[in-house]
Amino acid sequence: MQEPRRHLDEFLSPEERERLRQQPLWKIRLRLFLRSLRTNWRLFAENRIGLIGLAIIIFFALLAIAHPILMKYVWDPTVYDPVVGYAYEETMQPAPPSSRHLLGTDPLGRDVLSQLMFSARSEFILGLVAALITVTIGTTIGALSAYFGGPIDTFFMRLADLIIMLPFVTILIVLGALFKLDLPKLALVIGILSGFGGTTIIIKSQALTIKVRTYIEAARVAGGSHWHIIRHHIIPNLLPLSFLYMMFTVTSAIFSEAALSFFGLLNIRMSWGLMIHTAQTAGYLLNTKTWWLIVPAGLSITLLCAAFYLVGRALDEVVNPRLRKR
Amino acid sequence: MTEPILYVDDLTMHYTTRAGDVSAVDNVSFTLTKGESLGLVGESGCGKTSVAICLLKLLPDNAHIKGGHIYLDGVDLVPLSEEQVRRYRWRRISMIFQAAMNSLNPVYKVGDQIIEAMETHLENFSYPAAREKVAELFRLVGLDPALMDQYPHEYSGGMRQRAVIAMALACDPDIIIADEPTTALDVIVQDRILKELRAIQQKLNMGMIYISHDIAVIAEVSDCVGVMYAGRLVEKACTEEIFHHPIHPYTAGLMSAFPSIVGPKRELTMLPGEPPDLLHPPPGCRFHPRCPYATSICMEQVPEFKEYGGDHFAACWHPLEG
Amino acid sequence: MGEALVRVAGLSKFFPLTRGLFRESQEFIHAVEDVSFTIAPGESLGLVGESGSGKTTTGKLLVRLLDPTAGHIYLRANGSEVDIATLRGKDLKTFRRRVQMIFQDPYESLNPRLTIFDTIAEPLIVQGIGDVLEREERVAEMLVMVGLTPPSSFMFRFPHELSGGQRQRVAIARALIVGPTFVVADEPTSMLDVSIRTGIMYLMQDLAQRLGVTYLYITHDLAVARYMCQRIAVMYLGKIVEQAETEELLQHPQHPYTRALISAVPIPDPRIKRQAIEIKGSIPTPINPPPRCRFYDRCPIADAFCERNDHPPLRDVGGGHYVACYKT
Repeated sequence: MQEPRRHLDEFLSPEERERLRQQPLWKIRLRLFLRSLRTNWRLFAENRIGLIGLAIIIFFALLAIAHPILMKYVWDPTVYDPVVGYAYEETMQPAPPSSRHLLGTDPLGRDVLSQLMFSARSEFILGLVAALITVTIGTTIGALSAYFGGPIDTFFMRLADLIIMLPFVTILIVLGALFKLDLPKLALVIGILSGFGGTTIIIKSQALTIKVRTYIEAARVAGGSHWHIIRHHIIPNLLPLSFLYMMFTVTSAIFSEAALSFFGLLNIRMSWGLMIHTAQTAGYLLNTKTWWLIVPAGLSITLLCAAFYLVGRALDEVVNPRLRKR
Repeated sequence: MTEPILYVDDLTMHYTTRAGDVSAVDNVSFTLTKGESLGLVGESGCGKTSVAICLLKLLPDNAHIKGGHIYLDGVDLVPLSEEQVRRYRWRRISMIFQAAMNSLNPVYKVGDQIIEAMETHLENFSYPAAREKVAELFRLVGLDPALMDQYPHEYSGGMRQRAVIAMALACDPDIIIADEPTTALDVIVQDRILKELRAIQQKLNMGMIYISHDIAVIAEVSDCVGVMYAGRLVEKACTEEIFHHPIHPYTAGLMSAFPSIVGPKRELTMLPGEPPDLLHPPPGCRFHPRCPYATSICMEQVPEFKEYGGDHFAACWHPLEG
Repeated sequence: MGEALVRVAGLSKFFPLTRGLFRESQEFIHAVEDVSFTIAPGESLGLVGESGSGKTTTGKLLVRLLDPTAGHIYLRANGSEVDIATLRGKDLKTFRRRVQMIFQDPYESLNPRLTIFDTIAEPLIVQGIGDVLEREERVAEMLVMVGLTPPSSFMFRFPHELSGGQRQRVAIARALIVGPTFVVADEPTSMLDVSIRTGIMYLMQDLAQRLGVTYLYITHDLAVARYMCQRIAVMYLGKIVEQAETEELLQHPQHPYTRALISAVPIPDPRIKRQAIEIKGSIPTPINPPPRCRFYDRCPIADAFCERNDHPPLRDVGGGHYVACYKT
């Protein structure tokens, strides 16, 4: 069969045609994208909880960015290095907060503020990498399972059930004991576990509601292949939900890291969990007099986890119009 | 003519939304006498369902009656509290909702749900008498009374709609509001339900307000027809009159846009444009942007809803010859 | 009648009631069973029936959204007939340029995340027709044709910014952009308000003439079918029970079901009183139906002969009027 070609030329005025030629497609798309970004930001900004979360995240991001700059231009590396530095001028370690060490030093004579800022960067990298892996896996598998159904669906859903049944932190502890996980490996493990686990199931159930929409049938009638439909219709409609679950995965990744570091099971140079671990092994865990060993790190973990969670909740309202206030 | 039992005077209702106020019902006035069937017809978003929920005062949180009165036997319902409203809702005015499946609870027997509605609204309630009443109602709407001990999922679509009608009749209301009760049904079932509803209404001498977008259905069940457009009542007259001598251009357009399977195959007219956005309704007559007869006065001043003789009311600056 | 554009022969679709991994289902819903009809080029055939009559399933079979259980669908292309019921892979994809579908709900049939341009251009993209600029021009031309002018003010909007009528126009533009000869229209106006509906009906007729499109018009509304179709086929429980020229069918219905259906349609004129033909019960689900006439259980004129014999075949009662009933 050959393509039937018809001439519709008489319907378009020369001015319209000219206007089309002058406006490149990518420019229009960019404008549309920016506009939708603005609209969504307005919706997000209406929610005070989300803004608080975002402010906390920005605060920690600034700490993380400031650390290498301070190390290069302000702080003496031999004193302030978060891992190998030593506060020579202090007579007793751990030293309480002072003007030189705003948050004091730890039992090994290292500056707590420097540790805190250095760790912020690792937490961000860990959280975001784990979340990105989770969402990539969850969205792909969720879309495939929902679209094809059958044995593919059965296999991945049973796998997800299995992963959900396993106690998450315990698995990480066992893996940590066996392999000495470092930061990238931990991100990978968390990403894979939560990607194939609960996230897939949630995204798949959303994909099922998209799969039965008429525009999927319309795309098939147009001649679209399975791959085309999944890529152009199902996944774009899943992305808002995926993005939301990214936020929640960041929270769980940071929290898991803290738990594992506390038990000393990670092969990490420095992290908030490790700071508490150091305090604990030196016997300062529940000592209120040496609060600066526990409180800054503990508070940071709580705040950053909460912040991502709050941003997630606010995004939920942007993504699900039903939750919005009228 | 008998005394009106319902008199709606200048009713105005707004929905508050994120984008601003939506004027869903604007200065609507009409009367309903005992035993009269009034059809409210209009397109989606014209405010016909909003009028119904005002009458029952089943307003969602963001809806506010901005002005006007609803007199039921001379008592204004608008200023009444929720407590006081409960005394007339269902007992004096009841409603048949559009989605029959949603107004029946799937986990209770159909008969029990009707009995529960009676228990909530009636003072001297006794269970055996109520069961007797439900059986009577079932016979009235054409259902086997033995079905009252079954669950909604065991009913077909038409049977469910009948059960919902029985529920609306449970407290012997003076007025029944039917909001598109047959829209989801197939024509053969729709036809049967329409006939039965009309027969029951006449037999019990109830007032009925039948809401629909389908003027053919309205023609079958109504004595009187009110046409709504963009939140306003634009024309009201007896059925015969409005179908054959419409005054408002919108009514005329609606009639001639509607295809029929009988009579000569006449040209269907086309109304240009789309109904207005009620967030920013056009000034003056709300129909003027689509009206072929519109002049400058239509864009500036709201036409009065006035009588053109013989209980025929319309709101138009350029009324068509009858 | 000259050569048919579409010729459907013995088309059936059964859906298994239960799906087991190892066990074949014994119960089937006979959604469409042994349906045959032809459509001439430029003609518009109305497929009318209640919900559950199998009219939408028939439409989906014709555009190959569903694979038929049995039967043939012949489409005339370049002077020869091709059986499209068994097309696969590349042939199936090319076939989709010739046969398109317009769906009922314009709120569901447009992807909310795609611009109007992306939606209308999608068939061109998947079929690999034209480059970016050419596609843009063709989309703009199509928008003008369906009455959305100026096209530049519609192309880069999203479906939620358009009204129901405008969305349906977009859906029509999208179906027609690849230049199909045959379009299945599944209740394209039933979700629209009266004042909008007429415009869409006229638009579809106008485009059919200008672009040489033939429609299968699926609807439950006989009044709309009267205006849109030259011929009407009435379906009941997966079978065509009657088929005739539109006015002939409406004026002289022969099958008892068609008669009941026509008498149940409300008339927008209070002066005309309809004759009442009542039939019992409501449309059942056709699970492994007995071989006799599908309408037997509800038929007011059925007798022992109808009970004993198979479902009656469609027979010509004169002037291209076909009825599947022993009693007429």
